[in-house]
Amino acid sequence: MASDAITVPVGQTEARPWVDELHQWVTTVDHKRLGILYIVSSLLFLVVGGVEALIIRIQLMHSHNNFVSPEVFNRMFTMHGTTMIFFVAMPVLFGFANYLVPLMIGARDMAFPRLNAFSFWLSLLGGLLLYFSFLGGSGLYGAGNAPDVGWWSYAPLGSRAFSPGHSSDYWTLALLVSGFGSIGTAVNIIATILCLRCPGMKINRMPLLVWMYLVMAGMVLLAITPLSAAQIMLLIDRYLGGHFFDTQAGGSAVLWMHFFWIFGHPEVYVLIIPCFAFMSEIIPVFSRKPIFGYPVMVAATVCIAFVSMSVWAHHMFTIGMNSYANSFFTLTTMAVGVPTGIKIFNWIGTMWGGRIQFKTAMLFSIGFLFQFLIAGLTGIMMAASPFDWQLSLSYFVVAHFHYVIVGGILFALFAAFYYWYPKMTGRMLSERLGQWHFWLFFIGFHLTFDVMHIPGILGMPRRIYTYEPGRGWDTLNFIISIGAFIQALAIIVFVANLIISYFKGAPAGNDPWDAWTLEWSTSSPPPAYNFAMVPTVASRRPLWDLKHPEDPDSRYE
Amino acid sequence: MLTLRMKSSLCWSWRIVLLVFWSARSVWAFEPAGSSAHGTNIFNPASTPAKSIADLSVFVLVITGIIFVVVFVLLIYSVVRFRARPMDAGREPAQVYGSMQIELAWTIIPILIVVVLFLATARVIHAIQDASEPAGAIDVIAIGHQYWWEFRYPKLGIVTANELHIPVSDASHTTPTFLQLLSADTDHSFWVPELAGKTDLIPNHPNRMWMDPQRTGIFFGQCAQYCGTQHAKMLLRVSVDRADDFTAWVRAQQKPAVEDAGAIAGRRVFERNACMNCHQVGGTPADGRFGPDLTHLMSRATIAAGAAENTHDNLRLWIQNPSAIKPGSLMPAMKLSDADLDAVVSYMETLH
Repeated sequence: MASDAITVPVGQTEARPWVDELHQWVTTVDHKRLGILYIVSSLLFLVVGGVEALIIRIQLMHSHNNFVSPEVFNRMFTMHGTTMIFFVAMPVLFGFANYLVPLMIGARDMAFPRLNAFSFWLSLLGGLLLYFSFLGGSGLYGAGNAPDVGWWSYAPLGSRAFSPGHSSDYWTLALLVSGFGSIGTAVNIIATILCLRCPGMKINRMPLLVWMYLVMAGMVLLAITPLSAAQIMLLIDRYLGGHFFDTQAGGSAVLWMHFFWIFGHPEVYVLIIPCFAFMSEIIPVFSRKPIFGYPVMVAATVCIAFVSMSVWAHHMFTIGMNSYANSFFTLTTMAVGVPTGIKIFNWIGTMWGGRIQFKTAMLFSIGFLFQFLIAGLTGIMMAASPFDWQLSLSYFVVAHFHYVIVGGILFALFAAFYYWYPKMTGRMLSERLGQWHFWLFFIGFHLTFDVMHIPGILGMPRRIYTYEPGRGWDTLNFIISIGAFIQALAIIVFVANLIISYFKGAPAGNDPWDAWTLEWSTSSPPPAYNFAMVPTVASRRPLWDLKHPEDPDSRYE
Repeated sequence: MLTLRMKSSLCWSWRIVLLVFWSARSVWAFEPAGSSAHGTNIFNPASTPAKSIADLSVFVLVITGIIFVVVFVLLIYSVVRFRARPMDAGREPAQVYGSMQIELAWTIIPILIVVVLFLATARVIHAIQDASEPAGAIDVIAIGHQYWWEFRYPKLGIVTANELHIPVSDASHTTPTFLQLLSADTDHSFWVPELAGKTDLIPNHPNRMWMDPQRTGIFFGQCAQYCGTQHAKMLLRVSVDRADDFTAWVRAQQKPAVEDAGAIAGRRVFERNACMNCHQVGGTPADGRFGPDLTHLMSRATIAAGAAENTHDNLRLWIQNPSAIKPGSLMPAMKLSDADLDAVVSYMETLH
């Protein structure tokens, strides 16, 4: 057990010229540096995507508003969706995987460090390609710049007839390139977890985070490949005269929908399972108890992975599938609620009988539980396909998936930031700013997304740049927009906290939370080689064993 | 049979939830002057499909509501009850690793709930989707175009746009309307919330939906599937008419365009310019199909797919510069001289 920190000799820490430092970052193959690169680049994209969201919200503040033109509005929601899913959520979760997985399994790096760097730079290139569309998109006179076809780019809207110029090409290439990056990282995560675990870390002793990332990486392989295939088919349609999705020539618009959603729905779980992973590490530590029902949590995760592969057409209840197909996808979609519910119960079971410490990370975790519960229940509503014939494509759906992505994923990510920032930087995030961040974001979130369900029920479709007065939507939209600005304010507090604490935060020490997994046994930040001596573990909580030699977990497992 | 009966035990909960939405409606929802215009609230159904969906929705809302309350109370209780207190400083709580009995309980109960929800849902899916078309039904072909709706009544020989007229279907005389949904370009979605759930119009993929409105009046809706620049102003209104009003409307629509000698100058402008390449005026050489049929333009309350009232000024502005009303509309500005513009507007105004 190598719990003693490595003290780096003074001579090695002297300041290097910044060019040298930059060169080190660009050429790095260290999993921790790549993790931080992933995280920092996705934070930049988060700010960009957030600004796009604010533009959308200003435009929708009241009916017949003229803040932006319809063309610009359509670009904004396309870029907002694409950015947030592909260039914020995916890379930030890969960033945490990169940073944490090797540390938590007692490895010195990922299995394929060079592939790791390659994947990161591909993902970043994808994001830059997407935004280069603003400059390079208008290939034809009169054609727009950034893509405006929605983040699904439904056929035939994405064909050359309806999307002339190059804006859709940038969208396609961005997703294709970053998709290859995702596949590379997923292969890497799987190989790392299967091959590089330290002695004693049997597969049933892995921290739940590692288990869940293993499942997530498997899902990435299954979900991203059809998306990449569809993008290639779209390129063939657009440039080589193919007709896969060309409805004028007998192609099928529905085929694209199937390809997109057989990626798109598992993608939701690709994003949320790592957040389950964060919860499964953070809630036990701040409740001072081990996770309730470890084997069941693993089984539920694997179960979600399997079932979620057969639910994609619930995004297509309105496209006119027959009643058998609609019934089947209703059943599978509702069924996925069972393992998800089990997880929520297990987290509550973990808190039950504990001694809960309300650090900012825990506040965000409790927020996650609350919001994810509601998001799951509105999901059940839309799984009932007739209900979905009303709710689909309305603001209710927008509210629902933002509840998942912001109320669930983003809250879990904030929890992860507050929990692991000390490990990554060696300094604590300010709890005071953290409280401000949490409460502002919590209030803004609920103001926006609770209210947003109602215009959907009152018949407001999504993706409209303006709406008619007198439908009862004005006041609601105004409130929603106010909430969006409160969230933006909270993000400013968060970014300020990240920056200020980096320079002035209290030193973290190796193990600020009195936690139990291996990453807390090395110094903060860990040295390039992670552990001076590869640790050996005897239970799921090696640091608990170390701290409580009189009552180790290994006795019960 | 088309109607779907839910258990009467649901009725009371249905009424409570309805009451809540009703009070919300009185604050937010749309009730324009005259009781004949309806809003777009999915909980204010006026037709069997919308009603079955609303009933099912309330059932699902009640079940999910109960789940929410139970889990929320558990969550709040554990947060409050098990918070760290100063007196237990330094001591760890009892380390509990799990319990198979409890896990089984919270696996099996949700499975049972899923089964119930699924069966209730499957019943409604079947009742709506597999309803057969009765003999007296009205057939309409709805064709989505970029930013407007074309409605064809094949049995009645009528073509119109943007404002669908259908007869009321009451107990004495059931006349449901069955729509075949087609698209001329991109995907669209037909959504009139108080009459039925939405169904997409997808090129090369014909769809079907039906409705049997039980109240007369104007029902609002709009395109729900993103279809391009002006998706937002692809509005839709359904006029549910009394049986005799509908018959009168059908007779009027079946006539060719009114020939008004006073508007001959405007007709010449219309037929000399590109207007006639895209628009049809029944009984004249104008037989374009790219834009809305104008044979009975004046029988419609709105122009530009509901984006503007059908008034003299709006009509003139629309013909002069469509982008002023609907930027991104596919109708080009024809750059007519003022005289030609006035002439063509007066011609349009004869098309009753």
